[in-house]
Amino acid sequence: MSTTNMLIAGFGGQGILFSGKFLAYKGLTEGKEVSWLPSYGPEMRGGTASCSIIVSDEPVGSPIVSNPDVLIAMNLPSLDKYEDAVVPGGKIFVDSTLIDRKVNRTDVEVYYIPSTQLASDNNMPTLANMIIAGKLLAVTGEFEEESVNAALKKVISAKRADMLETNLKAMQIGAEN
Amino acid sequence: MVVFEKPKALSDAQMHYCPGCTHGIVHRLVAEVIDELGIEGRTIGIAPVGCSVMAYNYFNCDMIEAAHGRAPAVATGVKRSDPENNIVFTYQGDGDLASIGMAETVHAAARNENITIIFINNAIYGMTGGQMAPTSLPGQVTQTSPYGRDTDVCGFPIKVCEMLSTLDGPEYLERVTVNNVKNVKNAKKAIKKAFQNQVDGKGFSLVEVVSSCPTNWGMTPKAALQWIDEKMLPYYPLGVYKDRSAEKEAL
Amino acid sequence: MSDKVLMKGNEAIAEAAIIAGCRHYFGYPITPQTEIAAYMAKKMPKIGGTFLQAESEIAAINMVYGVSSTGKRVMTSSSSPGISLKGEGLSYLAGADLPALVVNVQRGGPGLGGIQPSQSDYFQATKGGAHGDFHMIVLAPSSVQEMADLTVKGFDLADKYRMTTMILADGTMGQMMEPVSLDYEIAAPVEKPWATTGTKMERKHNIVNSLFLAPDELEKTNFERYDRYKKIEETECMYEEYMMEDAEICVTAFGIAARVSKNAINEARKQGIKVGLIRPITLWPFPTAPYKKAAGQVKEIISVELSMGQMIEDVKLATECKVPVTLCNRTGGMIPSPEQVLEAIKNAAKGGTK
Repeated sequence: MSTTNMLIAGFGGQGILFSGKFLAYKGLTEGKEVSWLPSYGPEMRGGTASCSIIVSDEPVGSPIVSNPDVLIAMNLPSLDKYEDAVVPGGKIFVDSTLIDRKVNRTDVEVYYIPSTQLASDNNMPTLANMIIAGKLLAVTGEFEEESVNAALKKVISAKRADMLETNLKAMQIGAEN
Repeated sequence: MVVFEKPKALSDAQMHYCPGCTHGIVHRLVAEVIDELGIEGRTIGIAPVGCSVMAYNYFNCDMIEAAHGRAPAVATGVKRSDPENNIVFTYQGDGDLASIGMAETVHAAARNENITIIFINNAIYGMTGGQMAPTSLPGQVTQTSPYGRDTDVCGFPIKVCEMLSTLDGPEYLERVTVNNVKNVKNAKKAIKKAFQNQVDGKGFSLVEVVSSCPTNWGMTPKAALQWIDEKMLPYYPLGVYKDRSAEKEAL
Repeated sequence: MSDKVLMKGNEAIAEAAIIAGCRHYFGYPITPQTEIAAYMAKKMPKIGGTFLQAESEIAAINMVYGVSSTGKRVMTSSSSPGISLKGEGLSYLAGADLPALVVNVQRGGPGLGGIQPSQSDYFQATKGGAHGDFHMIVLAPSSVQEMADLTVKGFDLADKYRMTTMILADGTMGQMMEPVSLDYEIAAPVEKPWATTGTKMERKHNIVNSLFLAPDELEKTNFERYDRYKKIEETECMYEEYMMEDAEICVTAFGIAARVSKNAINEARKQGIKVGLIRPITLWPFPTAPYKKAAGQVKEIISVELSMGQMIEDVKLATECKVPVTLCNRTGGMIPSPEQVLEAIKNAAKGGTK
């Protein structure tokens, strides 16, 4: 029995909610219980955005993640705000293009990924979110192509099916960095 | 030989209106029109809050009693529930339509909601005993303007047809009165057109009927009808304020 | 699992309403429930339904009144300040015995308040919601699946008893996504011989009305309505009990508060504290039976709420003050944490806060 509490945080427009939705769908396609809860309100418009994702073998209780096992920080205010909330032994993924400081905690695993830079280098400027998500799945050993593909199909509308390949590529880039 | 009879769309219930009140005339005109168009079986009327609150007892078609001022919103719901079949009219006074329900009125007009509104403007709140209405005339004495409507304090009367005519939405707006035989005949024509427009799918049609309230105006019925000519009509001129179909034809 | 889709609570309500046969929606934008309107705006035109953005909450509820008068399933949704505006219409719907579904995705108040989740409209929802003697059936979903299930059920109850069903959710329930399965057997539509659909010259006219100037007549309609309410109280109460069999402490909460409480209860159980949960699903009728039972079993009941303590009054009434009832709460858009609830449980286990 295991439960993973994840928190993704950054600026509105970085695709925070999208990558969260992807992770939730990935859990769902694997037969897990999942929940996804966004921050909402005016802060979404250009301010900070965050979302809580829980993937569990048991029914999800509270959908609010206040002490994440996994934190993805896509900007400095998010790292400042949530670094201390991560459970001891948890994982923090940092977009090192946009965050120029190191994580202070010593009781967590930290991964620095220049995801915004990688996205720009690979001509996929809107997919830093998926690059970092790819890294997360690689680290946790959950990069299973089948469920990744299935989840991508759920979150990318049929009209934009051409984006499937690019998203998958972004995740592979993340996994390899 | 029967030479004069009650319209079929009017029920046998005894009306509660005061002597000399023109509600009875307008009810009759509405009922005659429903008869003539043969639409009673698919007509749903919406009664207001005000003197005509119990209009739901006086018409033989299906009737709904609405909250104060909300008749156009209720009518919108009824119309949209079956736009092909339902013929929907509201019957509202000036407090209902032009004060508490102004938003509902304006927006139903703006949407060109395919309904018919019969608007009774008698420049006073009748049911509650003669308070100032949104259409009370400058200087008019009422229970809540005992020294006469002071426009510095209470503002000016609202001219509903003129105001709504600035909108692109409504199909047809006309102001009539029923203070003499000729005017009653004109009022009937306008009311019929307002229903016919709905049958034809043309849209929002409102007939403002300048009416009398002898009881709360403190006048005899006859003096009240004269007061319409002398005081009301100069402020509220009769006429067609909008007729989109006619405008189109003219082009 | 494969038939489940991830949906926001607000979207689940909208889709479930369509499945339940609702083809008329009227609303006005307000956070955090606007997804319902957006969903309806997209879907309704494609299935021959009506979506109309009304000029106000007041107009929207009166449009609901109009459609309901004609016997069709109809709904509106809003959030706290907008529900206050709908109060007038809710009272008229009750007075005219009209069915309707009204959704309140609550946010913090009073006044303009905030936009974060709240349960502070409990009094307003369960005690009537506006002037006059009346009730609404109030359903409190605690998951996205229940947002959908209770919407379908809500329409059935509304039709069955000719009254408003309110879905009392909160910002969290509206905004969160969870897997949902929307597989329903929809009951045949209830006959509505009272509806104003036009007489077709085949029957006496129907009148939809809430005006009774003779007080004895009005009293009679109120008595009749309350007879119906009594039947609802006897037959329609819904609640969930969680680990109550051997519980010495009882937590009670609805909606999001119940989910937070379950986390705390699971943790307390690990620490050896015998604690359980009563989660009312109908807030009106309030399910008194499990509380009466708990009153003879536990040493304290903790009411966990996103308000200054509103449901707690019904808990005290249900238990007739035979057991201490305490409040564990946050308000104004804040949500109690599992740790806060766990503290309250531990405190009760130590002897309580009498």
